Amino acid sequence: MDLTLKIWRQASAGATGKFVNYPVSGISEDASFLEMLDVLNESLVMKGEEPVAFDHDCREGICGACSLYINGRPHGPDKGITTCQMHMRNFKDGETIVIEPWRAKPFPVIKDLMVDRSAFDEIIQAGGFISVRTGGVPDANAIPIPKRHADLAMDAAACIGCGACVAACKNASAMLFVAAKVSQFALLPQGKLEASERVRNMVTKMDELGFGNCTNTYACEAECPKEISVSHIARMNREYLVAKVTAPKE
Amino acid sequence: MVKLNAKIPAGPLAEKWTNYKAHQNLVNPANKRKLDIIVIGTGLAGASAAASFGELGFNVKVFCIHDSPRRAHSIAAQGGINAAKNYPNDGDSIYRLFYDTIKGGDYRAREANVYRLAEVSNNIIDQCVAQGVPFAREYGGLLDNRSFGGAQVSRTFYARGQTGQQLLLGAYSALSKEVGSGSVKLYTRRDMMDVVIIDGRARGVIMRNLITGAIERYAAHAVVLATGGYGNVFFLSTNAMASNGSAIWKAYRKGAFFGNPSFTQIHPTCIPVHGDYQSKLTLMSESLRNDGRIWVPKSLDDAEKIRKGQLKPTQLPEEARDYYLERRYPAFGNLVPRDVASRAAKERCDAGYGVGSTGLAVYLDFADAIKRLGKHVIEARYGNLFQMYEKITDENPYETPMMIYPAVHYTMGGIWVDYELQTTVPGLFAAGEANFSDHGANRLGASALMQGLSDGYFVLPYTMQNYLADQIGVPRFKTEAAEFEQAEKETRDRISKLLSINGNNTVDSYHRKLGLIMWDYVGMARNKEGLEKAIGMIRELRVDFWKNVKVPGTNEQVNPELEKALRVADFLELGELMARDALIREESCGGHFREEYQTPEGEALRDDKSFNFVAAWEFTGQESEPVLHKEPLQYEFVEVKQRNYK
Repeated sequence: MDLTLKIWRQASAGATGKFVNYPVSGISEDASFLEMLDVLNESLVMKGEEPVAFDHDCREGICGACSLYINGRPHGPDKGITTCQMHMRNFKDGETIVIEPWRAKPFPVIKDLMVDRSAFDEIIQAGGFISVRTGGVPDANAIPIPKRHADLAMDAAACIGCGACVAACKNASAMLFVAAKVSQFALLPQGKLEASERVRNMVTKMDELGFGNCTNTYACEAECPKEISVSHIARMNREYLVAKVTAPKE
Repeated sequence: MVKLNAKIPAGPLAEKWTNYKAHQNLVNPANKRKLDIIVIGTGLAGASAAASFGELGFNVKVFCIHDSPRRAHSIAAQGGINAAKNYPNDGDSIYRLFYDTIKGGDYRAREANVYRLAEVSNNIIDQCVAQGVPFAREYGGLLDNRSFGGAQVSRTFYARGQTGQQLLLGAYSALSKEVGSGSVKLYTRRDMMDVVIIDGRARGVIMRNLITGAIERYAAHAVVLATGGYGNVFFLSTNAMASNGSAIWKAYRKGAFFGNPSFTQIHPTCIPVHGDYQSKLTLMSESLRNDGRIWVPKSLDDAEKIRKGQLKPTQLPEEARDYYLERRYPAFGNLVPRDVASRAAKERCDAGYGVGSTGLAVYLDFADAIKRLGKHVIEARYGNLFQMYEKITDENPYETPMMIYPAVHYTMGGIWVDYELQTTVPGLFAAGEANFSDHGANRLGASALMQGLSDGYFVLPYTMQNYLADQIGVPRFKTEAAEFEQAEKETRDRISKLLSINGNNTVDSYHRKLGLIMWDYVGMARNKEGLEKAIGMIRELRVDFWKNVKVPGTNEQVNPELEKALRVADFLELGELMARDALIREESCGGHFREEYQTPEGEALRDDKSFNFVAAWEFTGQESEPVLHKEPLQYEFVEVKQRNYK
């Protein structure tokens, strides 16, 4: 396949970025999207030009590192997969492909297609855990959990923290990401004890970091590579309301 | 000659760990605050260790190479984690898990370590459930189990096909809790450049900031390396792109012995290689062997037709198929250990029965299971794996058998550690895949997650205190010390040298060449002639690399090519040590198969008289040969036998 790549180049966080066109040729339909970028980068290195920087690691759709906005969609045109799992057979010979980084204020660009997603870690550090220490916990089968709840919790826990939900949202809202964690723990008896504090702390941190509000466009669910349902946002809203109403007075 | 002391506690096997804990030294809470620990890596071992140290009250600095600790490659483990819970009431016990692991490792692991691993396996499951890890459950609300290779019981806990992800996110949440509370300081996008040794003890590290290129110094009372394995020396492997051997290689060069470097696991069920642009290989979980049946055509003629696309596998009648694992190993069938399954696939393909366009593939067929259980059951068990397979290959595994072939997956070898997970450098510890300790010459499925979390949650929090107990009077170190100065200078010189070569070949081109040498001569089957040839070829390639590699850009920027160049430079040294280790081990055991040493049926032939030891290699200088030390393995509690899965 012969393609034209229109790629966002930006030297550093403070620099002004711009699109640059790169022709690539002889790309196999069986190559993955990132392997196609590897081919481009090899040729740039040999020409003495700076290769395109992008985050990637496992290349099997689970680490959440890759984060490309392809032809106006996070992780590109195919449904339910990450950029690294996308193969070139999803594109047409001769096509121009536009590649941008995630664009959201809380995810500043570091270089080219790399962005800083440490805001997600900060939200988890604010409460995305169950406060147990190592050791001294009950037997794993001491508390039976209805299979339906365990399965729903797993659906939420499948989140890979890539940030596609934020990139897809016109408000740069992190609701789906936060809701997935809140929902996972709210569904499990182990997580219920501190559910109120958790949802309050995580939502407060999310707002503080500059993520926008949810206006129910469902773009996040549509673009989520793990197809996490917006029903988790509904569960989080319920949890949040209960937490606000029942919060102890200062 | 240094005498290796594994520091195995006295007493009967089942009481060793209890005895150790009862008599070890502890550090009181007021003193813990004065002690600093550095942890490199945030996979299962690193994240769980850092979180646990933080909870105990130590000051912890934890470093990861990614933008977030949640991205460590533990996340990609699919199938499950073993534990001796015996919830299914099918005859499991701590002893049986221990025994299966020792036997699976082909009697090349330490009894005491493996027993401890089996012993704490149950605590791991309890811990993870308490953290909110959503393991698979039955309708009654209790935990579900499945089977993995090398075991006749169902002891594997799982979270769909994403067990590693869920366990890592559990450890990451524990770590995040400690980062939030301030006991652990997190440093992301950092690569370890060197270990700093002062007066014979590990006292700090040199890190490179991957965003700014800053070379940074950090001091501590102890350093833990939890940086994973070095399978990427083969270029194509199931490891993530950034997985590397540099941290442990630097430790080796600073005096930590390297244990069994040649012990590599080739995983039988990976998506076959296609195309020379390929950057990595994708694993299809071993759990698939619970329900999938492995076969190739019985006749060479059919195999030929399939390769040419004239015949489809679904058209081949039952009697024309050779279910070779079921035929050769009726007792374990498709669930033989990984090394056995991989070699059997290679044997069939080498004999001309392979399928796929390259002939380097065998079928993994779910037709029987779908008929027996229904498509929905198979979808519930393996849905994400089937989807992943379809995205990569463009074939629907519900309708046509999967094609698989062995690929490099895991390294049993690693930094030599004693029972306390301490290396030969005092104060330097190694955990998880980075150490050599628990899997002998072959790791059983679902045991890597177990070992990573065992080391981090339940072993290091004890053994670290035993080390630090006599360090309470040692004040915090200043990073101005001459040893830091020297280590930083060496790092800067190395980087400057790489950037100044400006040759004609990319870093990846060297990595690919190294990978091919390793796969051809230090891969699934090895022999004396090939290994000697490989050593020469690697040396030549290394010389060429330092003359002709092209690394663009500068140090003071985001520079992925420089990151890769630093790693490949280390792989070019590590690869040689692997070949050397494989050369001196004149026997076959587990994943190490020397063609000269096999039974008439083609099984691995161990030589317990001469090779019942851990090979621990000591670095003696860039130009001089490494020195081999032997830690004899004593089997007091199990009878050493020829492995038999028939």
